[in-house]
Amino acid sequence: MFDDLRIMFTPEFFGAILLPALIGGIAVTICSSLLGVTLVLKKYSMIGDGLSHIGYGALSVAAVMNLAPLKVALPVVVIAAFILLRLSGSSKLSGDSAIALFSTTALAVGILVSSKAGLTNDVSHYMFGSILAMSKGDVILSVVLSAVVILTFIFLYGRIFSVTFDENFARATGVNADVYNMVFAVLTAVTVVLGMMMMGALLVSSLIVIPTLTAMRVCRSFKGVVLTAGTVSVVSFIVGMFMSLLMNTAPGASIVIVNVFFFLCFSAVGAIRSRTGRP
Amino acid sequence: MKNILECQSISASYDGRGVIKGLSFAVKEGDYVCIVGENGSGKSTLVKCLLGIKSPDSGKIIMGEGLRQKDIGYLPQHTDLAKGFPATVEEVVLSGCLGRRGLRPFYNSAEKETARKAIERLGISDLARRSCRELSGGQQQRMLLARAMCAAKKLLLLDEPVTGLDPGASADMYELIGELNKKDGMTIIMVSHDVVKSMEYASRILCLCSTDHSFYGTPQEYAGSHLASKFIGG
Repeated sequence: MFDDLRIMFTPEFFGAILLPALIGGIAVTICSSLLGVTLVLKKYSMIGDGLSHIGYGALSVAAVMNLAPLKVALPVVVIAAFILLRLSGSSKLSGDSAIALFSTTALAVGILVSSKAGLTNDVSHYMFGSILAMSKGDVILSVVLSAVVILTFIFLYGRIFSVTFDENFARATGVNADVYNMVFAVLTAVTVVLGMMMMGALLVSSLIVIPTLTAMRVCRSFKGVVLTAGTVSVVSFIVGMFMSLLMNTAPGASIVIVNVFFFLCFSAVGAIRSRTGRP
Repeated sequence: MKNILECQSISASYDGRGVIKGLSFAVKEGDYVCIVGENGSGKSTLVKCLLGIKSPDSGKIIMGEGLRQKDIGYLPQHTDLAKGFPATVEEVVLSGCLGRRGLRPFYNSAEKETARKAIERLGISDLARRSCRELSGGQQQRMLLARAMCAAKKLLLLDEPVTGLDPGASADMYELIGELNKKDGMTIIMVSHDVVKSMEYASRILCLCSTDHSFYGTPQEYAGSHLASKFIGG
């Protein structure tokens, strides 16, 4: 184990592989947890999951056609996010069935195209993620995205709260809620695509949903939930990452398990609190 | 008394279907107007027009001097929005100051003071730091009314404020709204299902009877008309 640790911190491995993965991963987990707070509270949890499957389909098609994966996946997922948010608001096709329809279709297209072309390597990366293979471009994009998300949350905090808590009231006070929903759709789409390359299409939605649920077990205020979700998410990522390296387990799955561990701890604290009558 | 809000022959549709046609009425400062009418009569569509969330197909809504549509304090129809939502009463009430804050990114101390006063006025100071998911239905309505007070300069628009409350809490709510009208000089526009209560408190009744027929007048006039009979049973 200590040998593993020593290898981990050699300049070759740490500087070239681990450090970019850590920076990119922390950036993505911050984005996903912050955006997750509004998505979960607006009951859009499944959108992250749906988008990741759509992203998987797009990435597979891009890989088969020898196109740059991000250039194909980003626009496709952004458009899908718009459509899903729009459908969630309409009554004709309810949000969750729309997501199921879209995501399974995209998944089927992805699997069909890649199996036909005999491609398995890249495509299985997208299914399960490959955090140590993040390119320099991916890392830079992740850091820029997280800066945008953090600044959005700081400067538009009041509006984000209002739109999340009560969209009708927010509109009545002159907030253009549609613009906020669109901004959130774009940011979520980019986060999902980046998170997917890291965690895999199957697990990325956990980064969006679990930190918020964890924070909600204990926190009473919106601000508390936002800050706690962000912190828990980053800590889970770092712990899960080192756990996977030391124990040689899949990084994405390890990170999810650490997140679930925190969720259980916070749930226990919340339960004890309510039993002892503390408000 | 001056007009605080006036609708001039507005028409509006919902889902492509015209629900309001040529509706005109004027609300004066200090009025307590109750909007009654059956489901689907266009009450919610009218509320959206008054708030400026939706623009009417034709006609004009004229606000009183120095008042914008976003200065209307709005209490939305009861939903389960506060159920399970992690936010303190303070946070929710303060979000009522969003309209007056404009593009400034943070709330200033005057706005925080406004929120504190609204919380105090509604008698929920002891709950200020509690999470809204721990509140009873009546307490939640008080919190949302405090939020509306923060947004309101002179006019409160309440969409079925007592729906979902038990009889005791609902009587308290009517009492409180009446006080805000009489003591605090707030103009009230309230959508209500309860015609009997509306007649008791309101100074004016607006009845959206059918798409192109409406009634606007005092409760006495309304009681005298044949329209009221079907709601209050003769």
